[in-house]
Amino acid sequence: MDDPRESPTRPGAGPDPIITFSGVKKAFGPKVIFEDATLSVYPGETLTILGGSGTGKSVLIKMLIGLLRADGGSIQAFGKEVTQMGERSLLDVRTRIAMLFQSGALFDSLTVEQNIKYPLREHHWGTDNEMNQRVEEVLGMVGMPGSQKLKPSQLSGGMRKRVGLARAIAIQPEVILYDEPTTGLDPVNVRRINGLILSLQKKLGVTSVVVTHDMDSCFTVSNRIAMLYERRIAFVGTAEETQHCDIPYVREFTRGGKGVLDEDVT
Amino acid sequence: MNGFRTLLSDAGGIAVLSTRTFWAFFRSPIEIGPVVYQLDHAGIRSWSITVLTALFTGMVLALQFAVGLESYGGSMYTGKLVALGIVRELGPTLTALLVGGRVGSGFAAELGSMVVNEQVDAIRALGADPIKKLVAPRVLACILALPLLTVIADVVGVFGGMLITMREVGITPKFFFTQVKDTLGVVDLLHGLGKSVFFGYFIGIIGCFVGLNTTGGTEGVGQSTTRAVVTSAITLLVSNYVLSTIFVAIYG
Repeated sequence: MDDPRESPTRPGAGPDPIITFSGVKKAFGPKVIFEDATLSVYPGETLTILGGSGTGKSVLIKMLIGLLRADGGSIQAFGKEVTQMGERSLLDVRTRIAMLFQSGALFDSLTVEQNIKYPLREHHWGTDNEMNQRVEEVLGMVGMPGSQKLKPSQLSGGMRKRVGLARAIAIQPEVILYDEPTTGLDPVNVRRINGLILSLQKKLGVTSVVVTHDMDSCFTVSNRIAMLYERRIAFVGTAEETQHCDIPYVREFTRGGKGVLDEDVT
Repeated sequence: MNGFRTLLSDAGGIAVLSTRTFWAFFRSPIEIGPVVYQLDHAGIRSWSITVLTALFTGMVLALQFAVGLESYGGSMYTGKLVALGIVRELGPTLTALLVGGRVGSGFAAELGSMVVNEQVDAIRALGADPIKKLVAPRVLACILALPLLTVIADVVGVFGGMLITMREVGITPKFFFTQVKDTLGVVDLLHGLGKSVFFGYFIGIIGCFVGLNTTGGTEGVGQSTTRAVVTSAITLLVSNYVLSTIFVAIYG
């Protein structure tokens, strides 16, 4: 299986989904974000969630680890209902599902090393020596060896995201949620992040859910693509299938930023 | 009507946050390091404004009493009045107002920035509790720092009062201190220090509450900072009256 995108984990291929959203509803005041969002994620796959700005892509993954609460419907992770869990029960979910935040969300007052040790300490990883080893290991994985003593203010945007990723994978999660991992990065860093997503899937077999509107990144890393449109998941399928989708918006969106919209031409 | 609703909702939010903070103190592991850090940051670094405020307040109080009481032939009592005014009222209240402005706004800005940069979400996502990590150490540091700063304010304020009384009334330091000693009782100290414990709690919890409820990016952080200062000042002034009434009823 050289190309990790050829992972045999698509619907119907066997395994049960590890994450399911069914009929999820969410609103912020009068603004309705989701009316009936339904989606399944299968073990080992990389699923990308696409959608325009403000459609609630990040809201969807934040609801999965209980950072935001769904107003209705069901969200299950590893067979357990997340929407009913208190903060204590969510701890187990958050150990198994890690999240890379859009800006990296590193703690400014801590060094890179202390940032990565933060989840290790919370989850009682082991002795100081073991934690130091783990920090070295994950920093090596994201291509930033030797940066332990740096402060987040000394890092570029791309480096912050890579340290954020190192912190997310430190406790060996089974699922990683990426919130706009390539937004605001230069092409070299975009490729580097894409490469990391692919190699984590290939080497560690992690399941990934990527929220983005970067089409290049989407086609590079995804096994399947889900599209948010009109307050629900309007489409789920492979990259090829997006081009034959009967919803024109999906076809237009996945064509990327090139050219103009058909409706603007006519 | 909207203002009243916001007031009620904020009061409810602060009550919930207070309860969760209270339980977070006792949940293991109890971490001393962050409390010491905040004590240094919020408490020890506030000593200079405390000293400055108390010194000049004591001085101006003595000046006004000395001049005002002269026409009644009572300027010899200046020391007694300055001591009572500083220890029971102005020491704790002015210290709280100034520290509230300095520290409360700092908490709101710091936590507000952490909210808008998703760092508070990150703390939760990494399996930790933001109330235990961020709110509890700050509130505890304020509760410990305010009485200590108030003691400093009391001493410096009375000293400032002495300098001016000596100049205006022509008394000796010994006479002044005898007056202070005869006037002040343990009750007066408890009155002032008791209030300062509550003031510390209000400053900490309001700063954290406002910071954690920041919305709207960097603009929201600015608004939170202002809101923290105003809310904490109003709370301190109103609670000062309520607490004084209670303390007077209990101790006289």
